[in-house]
Amino acid sequence: MATEIINESLDDAHTDDHHDYKMTGIKRWLYTTNHKDIGTLYLWFAFIMFLTGGALAMVIRAELFQPGLQIVEPDFFNQLTTVHGLIMVFGAIMPAFTGFANWMLPMMIGAPDMALPRMNNWSFWILPFAFAILLSSFFMESGAPNFGWTFYAPLSTTYSNGSTAFFVFAVHIMGISSIMGAINIVVTIMNLRAPGMTYMKMPLFVWTFFITAYLLIAVMPVLAGVVTMLLTDTYFGTSFFDAAGGGDPVMFQHIFWFFGHPEVYIMILPAFGIVSTTIPAFSRKKLFGYSSMVYATSSIALLSFVVWAHHMFTTGMPLFGELFFMYCTMLIAVPTGVKVFNWVATMWRGSLSFETPMLFSIAFVILFTIGGFSGLMLAMTPVDFQYHDTYFVVAHFHYVLVTGSLFSIYAGAYYWLPKWTGHMYNDSLSKWHFWCSLISVNLLFFPMHFLGLAGMPRRIPDYALQFADFNKWVSIGGFAFGLSQLIFLAVVIKCIKGGKKAPAKPWDGAEGLEWTVASPAPYHTFSTPPKID
Amino acid sequence: MSRGNQNWLAGAWLFLGTIFSSSAWADTQLNLTEGVTAVSREVYELHMLVLYICTAIGVIVFGAMFWSMIFHRKSKGAKAADFHESTKVEILWTAIPIVILIAMAVPATSTLIDMENNDDSDVTIQITGSQWKWHYKYFDENIEYYSVLSTPREQYENQNGSFNGNGAHKGKNYLLEVDKPLVIPANKKVRFLITSDDVIHSWWVPAFAVKQDANPGFINEAWTNVDKLGIYRGQCAELCGKDHGFMPIVVEVKSPEDYDSWLNEQHQLTAQAADAEQAALSSSMSKEELMQLGEAIYMAHCAACHQPTGLGLPPTFPALKGSAVATQGIIADHISLVLNGKGMMPPFGKQLSLSEIAAVVTYERNSWGNDTGDIVQTSDVKAASEE
Repeated sequence: MATEIINESLDDAHTDDHHDYKMTGIKRWLYTTNHKDIGTLYLWFAFIMFLTGGALAMVIRAELFQPGLQIVEPDFFNQLTTVHGLIMVFGAIMPAFTGFANWMLPMMIGAPDMALPRMNNWSFWILPFAFAILLSSFFMESGAPNFGWTFYAPLSTTYSNGSTAFFVFAVHIMGISSIMGAINIVVTIMNLRAPGMTYMKMPLFVWTFFITAYLLIAVMPVLAGVVTMLLTDTYFGTSFFDAAGGGDPVMFQHIFWFFGHPEVYIMILPAFGIVSTTIPAFSRKKLFGYSSMVYATSSIALLSFVVWAHHMFTTGMPLFGELFFMYCTMLIAVPTGVKVFNWVATMWRGSLSFETPMLFSIAFVILFTIGGFSGLMLAMTPVDFQYHDTYFVVAHFHYVLVTGSLFSIYAGAYYWLPKWTGHMYNDSLSKWHFWCSLISVNLLFFPMHFLGLAGMPRRIPDYALQFADFNKWVSIGGFAFGLSQLIFLAVVIKCIKGGKKAPAKPWDGAEGLEWTVASPAPYHTFSTPPKID
Repeated sequence: MSRGNQNWLAGAWLFLGTIFSSSAWADTQLNLTEGVTAVSREVYELHMLVLYICTAIGVIVFGAMFWSMIFHRKSKGAKAADFHESTKVEILWTAIPIVILIAMAVPATSTLIDMENNDDSDVTIQITGSQWKWHYKYFDENIEYYSVLSTPREQYENQNGSFNGNGAHKGKNYLLEVDKPLVIPANKKVRFLITSDDVIHSWWVPAFAVKQDANPGFINEAWTNVDKLGIYRGQCAELCGKDHGFMPIVVEVKSPEDYDSWLNEQHQLTAQAADAEQAALSSSMSKEELMQLGEAIYMAHCAACHQPTGLGLPPTFPALKGSAVATQGIIADHISLVLNGKGMMPPFGKQLSLSEIAAVVTYERNSWGNDTGDIVQTSDVKAASEE
């Protein structure tokens, strides 16, 4: 994708004079409609939520360090696992990706801002309220939601504690925020691309966010629907999920997972976009098979709508249903494989260097693929009867979400930090962050495979003695991984405060319009669109 | 090496030592169990097949990556090639995975068809999950009973001991033991009809490769045919509330002859229990007897929610200590609450005998400072149950 830019620096100097007005202090952040400011807000919010959810996980791992109940009561343990899951999914990973979208999409397609800037402000600013509502339930008499992040009825309806309404309204607000964010992404990409940037010339990063945004628009209303049914079942006497009133608790799971499976791709497709940007940059070679990557991403998105019941093989589905969902799920391995092969082919005979973004990207490809392997194993219905609801599943989804999504977020953060702050990050500290994270994350999640195969169910506060050894290792890995993330905080703060001045394009292999503007990126960029050949 | 370093090293070794020594690593299981049924062995084979295929793909893919990382480094002067597209290669690495997937799907399909064939069973047992115990009911046999965790509370609450090491001694089958296991005959097709009284539970015995959700209001089917005598242990697999981790499953597989004599024994016990109930109706128990039986019943059935201290876990599980029902209200209301349940509280009328309910109500009215002095007899419960 060859690009030729109209004299951008001159243009920037011009806009800086007239339009770079920002309010001062807190008002700048409250009233901002600037995509870069909003991106920053999203990223900081996601990181704070990540540390909050991580703190809950630390308590979980402390309780599971030894057999016996030491620190928390079983009911509080269930609150911890529930809120940990909700925060990490809706508060950390998704807002972090929205932060990337806000910062990078306009710069990558040569647009001056997001298409709907006021809505952009609103979609961010309702999020802190959603999580304040959710977290406040910890301080209520009833305690926080305790039915797992999947909130299966009737545990979440007839048998729930008093905080269900808070949970439902928090999820509604998160959903509204996500839908608005997604509409903004779609409208921006469809309307604000620079002249000459056809769809098949968009960076793959843009493509993955484009597809993810459609997934969000499709399934977030389904989530809103299911939590509303939950609310009326709990408080208004309906019986959607209650057999005694003609409902069906398994229907809850169908509706939830019709949202939930696309949701997991919502959390991984943007990751594909990020590493498809960083791997070519540090291999100094174009992304292999660009168009096949676009088609593979689209196929994964489409397939994600017809595989939801693989989460429900043990609910008593008919044989035909089990076979259908098994075959469709296995089929997802094909486009996912294509993506992995393309990344490997991109590295093949490249000229590789191992800056921190590349280290995280390589770790992403390997560890995400391990998560993919266990996913393939879980897809096989007969064997899933053994794996289902054990630590094998916990290992699987943490490999795809932590070493998958989270590692890609780190890769992207290190890659674009110079563009965001105008400074290079502290290299040795960032390497510490990477190596500590890599070692501890595997100590944390790899033994979970063994625990699951040996028969340890998930979501239990205490376990039989044969699981004691691995749990100890897992907890130590967990504490180490948690502490390692504070290194990242230090890197970012140092990088904002100072450091080596970053050039407009700090990576010699990087491509894309964002590197044609100065570092740090001026408050307004591409007021006049660049022209793409 | 300086002294400080040595101290540090010694500390590290001590730390590693405590990690390794606390329990026997030899007991630690790494892989899926092969189990004791034809189906569970098929499932194990399938698991190993996929594991090997994934490992092989992993070696090839990661091998290629590491090859590039080692030999195509910029620091070694590698120059980047400029190929970036090949339809041929894309088709190839789409087609090959499809072939591998078909090779995996074929055996998986046949195993699944086998697992879902619930016809021609010899024995049928209805399994009902409830918070947090299992109920087993043998069809055509008039035998039914609850199966409850038998690990003493002191062990998992770490009473009489501290956090590390010297805590309460934990038995070999800690958290995997019950008062009355499910008993099934070997070499017979045993069909399970699985349902629930409250939330969703999941009945799982790894050695049988049977995991089936217990959905309230619906009945699921599963089956097994075990060819090896023994005791097999499992756990509830679906989050079902506070004590999800404390409702294990134990299955004892007996030879068909032993199974028949066990059935006879159960019939006799059922008859005896009915006689005892009749006798209890016309006699009365002393307060000491009632309190003693009541405490045992309370600890087994009530303490999970209302706590051994009677303080409960408000607001979800109310306290009994000083509560209106247990100290002020009329006794019949207290009995009726235990018999019929209310809201989240299950009805105990079908779980406990009349005299057990009499005992537990007596216990609740005369413990933790509740001092009504009331004595409830079996006949009182009988009267309340007939209202």
